[in-house]
Parts: sequence; C-alpha cells; structure tokens
Amino acid sequence: MASLPRNFKKAAAYALRDPALQRALLNVKRGFVVKRESARANLPEFDTLRDEARAIRDHTLTHLDLYLEAYERKVTESGGHVHYALNAAEARAIVLRLCQDAGVRLVTKGKSMVSEEIGLNAHLQASGVEVVETDLGEYIAQMRGERPSHIIAPVIHLNKESIERDFRRAHPNLPPQRKLDQAGDLVAEARQILRGKFLTAEAGITGANFLIAETGSSVIVTNEGNGDLTATLPRTHIVIASIEKLVPTLEDACLLLRLLARSATGQDITTYTSFSTGPRRSSDPDGPSAYHVVLLDNGRSEMLGNEFADMLRCIRCGACLNHCPVYGAIGGHAYGSVYPGPMGAVLTPQLQGLDRARDLPNASTLCGRCEAVCPVAIPLPDMMRTWRERDFVRRNPALKERLILRVWAFAAKRPRLYRALSRTAARVLARRAGQRGRLRRVPFLKTWTVTRDLPAPQGETFHDIYARRQRSKGQ
Amino acid sequence: MTDRGEARAEILGRIRAALGAERLDRARRSAVARRLERHPRGTIPARARCSGDERLALFKDMLAKQGADVSRAATPKEAVGTIASYLGTCNLPPRLRIGADPVLAALPWREAWDIERSFGAAQPGDRASLSRATTAAAETGTLFLLSGRDNPTTLGFLPEAHTVLIAASDIAGSYEEAWDRIRAAFGDAALPRSVNLISGPSRTADIEQTIVRGAHGPRRLHVLIVGEA
Repeated sequence: MASLPRNFKKAAAYALRDPALQRALLNVKRGFVVKRESARANLPEFDTLRDEARAIRDHTLTHLDLYLEAYERKVTESGGHVHYALNAAEARAIVLRLCQDAGVRLVTKGKSMVSEEIGLNAHLQASGVEVVETDLGEYIAQMRGERPSHIIAPVIHLNKESIERDFRRAHPNLPPQRKLDQAGDLVAEARQILRGKFLTAEAGITGANFLIAETGSSVIVTNEGNGDLTATLPRTHIVIASIEKLVPTLEDACLLLRLLARSATGQDITTYTSFSTGPRRSSDPDGPSAYHVVLLDNGRSEMLGNEFADMLRCIRCGACLNHCPVYGAIGGHAYGSVYPGPMGAVLTPQLQGLDRARDLPNASTLCGRCEAVCPVAIPLPDMMRTWRERDFVRRNPALKERLILRVWAFAAKRPRLYRALSRTAARVLARRAGQRGRLRRVPFLKTWTVTRDLPAPQGETFHDIYARRQRSKGQ
Repeated sequence: MTDRGEARAEILGRIRAALGAERLDRARRSAVARRLERHPRGTIPARARCSGDERLALFKDMLAKQGADVSRAATPKEAVGTIASYLGTCNLPPRLRIGADPVLAALPWREAWDIERSFGAAQPGDRASLSRATTAAAETGTLFLLSGRDNPTTLGFLPEAHTVLIAASDIAGSYEEAWDRIRAAFGDAALPRSVNLISGPSRTADIEQTIVRGAHGPRRLHVLIVGEA
C-alpha cells in the first residue's frame, strides 16, 4: 500500500477496512502490551532506572562530539575503521565502496532501521551486490517487497496464512506438497535457506543498538542469532549506525539494556546481546578480518540544537508504537515512513521535511500513553504538538479555519461568555438527541458524523458539575 | 563521495555549534574523561544483589524460564557424564566441537570414551558444541562468552545444540559485576573481539508473536553448572 507520508489519510482509511490487517494487529495488544507490563512489574526499580537512563542519554548527547572522538580512537586502536556520512547518499556510497573494494557479491544483513532509512538494499542491489535480510521478519518483508511495518516486529501486519503463500512463491524449488501451515514449519524452512547464505556471504552488515565509547564496541541485540552469524561468519563486518547511538561505558549500556528488552518485547533480556570490538585478532580462529563502522548524521546534529533534541534519546524499543491507539488501529505502513507510530510522527518530519509529513504529527489523539511507556521519557505528545504549531504557522491556513479558531479564542478568553455558550449548546444538543442520546448529523461536523454518531451531552456542562460537587463537598 | 575527513569535521562542527560548545572546553572534556575512566554504576536491581545458593537458584530459574536446559555436576567426572547423556537425550551423535579452553581440556574425557571431540571453530556440519563461560550474570541467567582460541564464537551459533560449562563460583550477580571480572582479566577498556551474552536458545516471535525455538542459532542451550557457589 501507499508508501509516502503524504498519502497518510487515504492509507489509514484503507487500513481500517482491511480485515486481515485488523486481525493481525490484535497480536500487538495480546503480545507486547501485556508482556511489557508483566516485565515492568517484575522489576521494582524500573522507574528509577528510567530516570537514570534518561540522564545517561542526556549526558551523552550534550557531550556527543567528545564521545564520538573517544569512540573513534578505541575502534581504530582495536584495528577497525570509522567512516562518517553526513547524509543518506554518503552513507550508501561508503557501504557500496567498502563492498566493491572487498570484492563482495553477497551480503547478509542483520536488522537495521538505519539501513532502511538510507535505502541501502536498493542501492547495493542496483550495483550488482546481492543483499539478503536474515532477521526472519525482515526476510519476509524483503520477499514481499515491503518495508517493515514495525521497528522491532517487521511483519506484525501479516498472518501466517499469507506468509505461507509468500514462502511457496519465493521458494519454488521445494516440494509443493510440503507442510507449511505452522509458524514452526516456516521458521525451519527459513533457517535452512538462510544458513546457506550465512556461509557464503562475503560481507555482513548489521546495525547497532549502542556504540560504546569506553571500548569502541558495537552492540546488537537479537533473539534469533542472525545478527551474530552476520557479524561473525563473513570476512567483512560493516556496522551502520546513527551518531546518537553512542553511550559512554559498558555500565551505561547495561543499564539501558535492562530497559530495552522489557520495554520492547517484555523479555527480561533478549536471547543474544553481542559486543563486537574490531576485527579478528591474531589468535582468533573465527570472526571477520575487517571491521568497519559507518556513522550517519542525516539530520541528527540539527535536531541536537532544536526543539526535538529529546527525540535523540530514543533507543528504538517500539513501546510507543505498541501502546499507540492510532498505530493499533492502522498499523505501520499507513504512515508511509520507515519510522511509524509516535516516534515516527516526530522523526519523519525532521528527516523528510514537514510539508511531506504534516499528517503524521496530526495522527494522534495526544492521549499520552507513548510518553508514559517510553523508557527514556521522551515528551512525544509535546513534540507532536510543536510540529502541529509549526505546520499551522507555515501553512497560512484557510480563512475558515482561522475564523473558527478566532471565534473560539474570543469565547475561551471570556469565562462567563464561554460558560453561557457551552451551557446553551449542551442543552440544545441534548434536546435534539432526544431519547437516543446520540446525534446523527450536526452542522459543521460532517467529517465526524459521516462515519459515526456524536454522543450527545447529558445536559449539564463540566463546569456546572464541578461547581455542584464542590458545593456538596463544602456542606 | 565526500572525503572522509571532511564529513567528520563537518559533523563534529555541527554538533558543537548545536550544543554551543567549544572543542577545548576543559569542563566538558574532563567530565567525559572522568566518566570513561571511572565507568560509574547506576542502580543495580535488588534481585541481582544476592549471593550463594540464592544467586545460583536465580541463575537457574532465569535460564529455565528462557527455555534453556540446566543441569548441575558436583565433580568434573560427573560433568563429562552429564554432557554425554545430554547428547543422548537430544538424539544427537556423540560428537562435540570444542575450543582450546584448558578447563575443558582437563576434564576426564576417559569417562565418556565414546565421545568424539574435534577442535577449533565450528564447521557447518557440526551438530553439538561445548564452550566454557568465564563469567555470567544471575540477574537474567546470562552467560558471557568471550571470543578467542579457547572458545571460538561460532560454537555458540552454528551447531544445533550448545552446551556451556560454568563453574558455580564464576557466576556473578549483576552485569556490572560480570564486566568487572572481565576487566580484571583483560585490562580496562580492552575487550576480546566479541563478547556474546547468551540467555537462552535461539528463538523468534516474528510470525504472529508465536515463539518458535531454533530460528538461526542453536535449538537447544544446555547450561552445566559445576561445583559449589
């Protein structure tokens, strides 16, 4: 479906009417939300760690230049190479050159959202380098020619029946009568096919959950072990990461790890957490003989100085997606961005420009759940509001919209008038609704009432109820 | 493509401009140097601060919860027997891939004469492997495996069944404690090429959130605790 943020409204409407998608999205609530809550409840220190995590991220970001320099020194000391890329095009070019210089024809990839952000796969493939995604979800997304619909669960939008169809289409040489209707069958088949790729790839590309300045290590977390095979078997390991992934020390990384898996999948820790430092040493019997890190800016340094600096604390756990009622209703693809959900609604306008992504920060009820579950306390609703303000100022909105807001502001600044008006409106609406308590049509609110009824006010305003309760309390 | 030095200077310059910071600001530099040198700890969860039998029990419980098979052996002789019978239980041939770890080499392998051992990095056909973890963190049942000749990294990822032997006294409470043990062995700010924290068998939940074992790595993780805490 639609692949651009500017098609959001159409794509969202389509998503709401897609029964298969709606069925798949139930898994978000049944899985992630419930498991996160139980993991959090099992760690009484969770909220304290959250405050400390926020402080670690803030400290790192306000010293980011120095931590980058320290990190680079350690990577170089351990025999690795650091490359800097200002934007997506530079990063793609660096990775391609590294592959070409090493005579690479096949690349296996661990899951990396930054590589999605820069469109790496298409670029490498256009130059004749075959790229195979090895995270099961990413492998399925790649075989369908789709982008992941969730930053940690790429094919959360699919049911196993459609994945079975994809496997049969993508693996035509396997016996057509084979049994493939259980998740276990699909996993076994993918394991068998990808094993061959792991063993023949000349380069492995992974992202990084963290980069550690103290030791010059890159850290990846996986449950499948695909990232580890990617980082270990090919003779070249290329890490692609954005500059804000830095953390100072091993201790800092561990504190964040305590929050990451619990917030993401509700696990206490992921099965594998791997720290890679440089290429194979002289006494090592395995591991890559070349180790490269490509550090991507792509708008991060600009964010560091604007209202969206707090967004750089993000550790990409996906909790804000899992808990967002809008994401839960439409899934990730409707956003038309690599980064969906609340974090994407803040990040995408920065990465792609507000005029292309203005619908995304508006696609929120500002209910605040995203901020409440964020392990580094990013004020996501506030930042979506900031984008809306910018959009409003920039867009020079239609006369009608300005007029309505001006009338509302006039009343809102005059409490007596406001109360009198709302009291009258509440009564009129309640009377019109009659016994049913609902309104089918309301003047000026057609967009709302065309798909649903408006519940009618009960006849009393909030102010009146509040005043009455205060009085009865006083007696 | 921009020259490498150019992009680097540009990015660092932009960061400093955004932060309103000077490169040579002494207060900032010393804050960074101090943190890197002292690597201060944050809050360590109470559950990680246990010791003795309690720590051992936590370690076992967490691993079991995450789908690993855990067994105990009082002596090296018993350990060899347990390894052999585990292979049998899994219906695997009595063949093991092992690194050069001296503790593993010193096990009384005579006791399991039928086990055929081969040494070095894992090969595609290997079905079972044996590693030794020099430390672990009980808080989440997490083994720390260090790359090198003694315990090649591939042993933990290519075979179907991975057995990891750990001495009960090598199990730490928290991650921080485990890192300190590694720092003591390798020196400050110097790590082996790869440190793999392993907390269970390979798994995936990418298809409808159904958990399936053995995605790409071992289908089975067997943790063998030797000796007393």
